[in-house]
Amino acid sequence: MADKHLDCKGLRCPLPIVKVSQAMNDLAEGQTLLVEADDPVFGPDIEAWVEITGNELVEYHDGPPQRALLRKKEKAS
Amino acid sequence: MAPLGTDQQVGPIGSIDQLRTELVQVKARLDRIEQGLRPRGNGVTIVAFSGDMDRLYAALVIATGAAAMGMKASVFFTFWGLNALRKDRRLKGKRPLQALLSLLLPATHERLPTSRFNLLGAGPRLFDRMMRKGGLASVPQLVATARQAGVRLVACQNSVELMGIRPDELIDGIEYGGVATYLADAARSHICLFV
Repeated sequence: MADKHLDCKGLRCPLPIVKVSQAMNDLAEGQTLLVEADDPVFGPDIEAWVEITGNELVEYHDGPPQRALLRKKEKAS
Repeated sequence: MAPLGTDQQVGPIGSIDQLRTELVQVKARLDRIEQGLRPRGNGVTIVAFSGDMDRLYAALVIATGAAAMGMKASVFFTFWGLNALRKDRRLKGKRPLQALLSLLLPATHERLPTSRFNLLGAGPRLFDRMMRKGGLASVPQLVATARQAGVRLVACQNSVELMGIRPDELIDGIEYGGVATYLADAARSHICLFV
């Protein structure tokens, strides 16, 4: 069960990752966010986003709507 | 850079254990510094925004050249740049404005205009002949070569949807991506160009 849900259906690049980024800001380290989106390139975009931001893509299900479970990274000590 | 030790108090030399701890701290600090100095990666990323044959030609020459030099290369095709990937014109299933746009744009990447001396399409024909005589590859040839050489060819999904471009109008072997796809590639590249 995710700590927060985010509906990005109907949104197109770059809005889904902008919303994801904002939603992640409100989470504590280690908390999870479940995102639903139907942008055809949400999959590659969210993969690129976690690679650059260092957050974790725990699960990904293809869609539409695609579903991504993200975990906020723990700050390096 | 400040000499080591000036940012913290260094007392009289203590026990071996103390020295060992300090050594670990110094090593960690060096690691962090090295991390910051590490080059961003041996890659080339090009945004192809223009649909002009000459600009696309330049972009694709750089991309294929980079691949030939063992560098990772990707070209992100957005807006008019998508014309470089167009192999066919299909109108079925398009909304009226999208169909009109399709009719106004080059039918295939064999028919791209030049940014100068287009002369209602006569220019590109002449360039084509000159390039063939000079042993230069055309844009369609370069696209194929780039793909074979492992250059990532990424079509901007937003532009594809906006213009109503059908996947069967574009060449095979391309990817679709958004801004994060491009930025992750760009972050791994030390050469980033926009044409």
